Amino acid sequence: MEPVATTFFFYLLSGLAILSGVLVITRKNPVHSALALILTLLCLAGLYLMLYAPFVAGVQIILYVGGIMVLFLFVIMLVNLERSQKEKQFNQQWVPGILAAVALGALFVTIYIKGDALFVRPEMRFPEAENTQQVGQMLYSNYMFPFEIASLLLLVAIIGAVVMAKKRI
Amino acid sequence: MAPITTIHYLVVAAALFVLGVIGVLTRRNVVIVLMSVELILNAVNLNLVAFSRIWGLHGQVFAIFVITDAAAEAAVGLGILIAFFRNKETVNVDEIDLLKW
Repeated sequence: MEPVATTFFFYLLSGLAILSGVLVITRKNPVHSALALILTLLCLAGLYLMLYAPFVAGVQIILYVGGIMVLFLFVIMLVNLERSQKEKQFNQQWVPGILAAVALGALFVTIYIKGDALFVRPEMRFPEAENTQQVGQMLYSNYMFPFEIASLLLLVAIIGAVVMAKKRI
Repeated sequence: MAPITTIHYLVVAAALFVLGVIGVLTRRNVVIVLMSVELILNAVNLNLVAFSRIWGLHGQVFAIFVITDAAAEAAVGLGILIAFFRNKETVNVDEIDLLKW
């Protein structure tokens, strides 16, 4: 299907994503940060759809918004954060921190300006209807071994999380 | 207006990455630091998917692996956070110095 009003939606979604990204790192209340992060993730899912990656967009919404962010909100409710909201929100080395981050951003901009020719290539056409099938075939052929390692990693993470959060083992 | 190319997506991803780095380096609240890490991982994901548009599907597969890693990282990180909060009643990064000699 041909995309409609690509430019408009790109600027809308990316602007919203960056705006709510700023909200994530500036809000005092972690719940507000979490809600802003959810908005960022949803905007990114929209951008994935515009890049012809419907499977990744679906995984993004189900796993990130439905799984990880619920976990975050759950932990925010679990630990009592009333006291920390009255304290200072930024640590002492915030000036060097922001300077380092801005230097990193300048590095990105330089690379993108100097290496412009690297990113200009003809775009490939992916049939959207077969995207999930193709990704699945790649996961089970080219990326078989990393796929198994990922399952092992998840097992370790489950056991680790239980061991960490348990009162006494 | 000019058509949207790969470089546009890369610039958005770079902006999100820098925001995440600022969050990690300056905030005191561990929960928000972990959320900033998620922001960084998402910026990387956007890069991978944007490149998959011109280099083939490998980027999308890799993005799925990154999402898996993010889930594992969030689970373990929040587990550590709960364990720490139980012992010291704080969630501030600069007060977490048990390993400091």
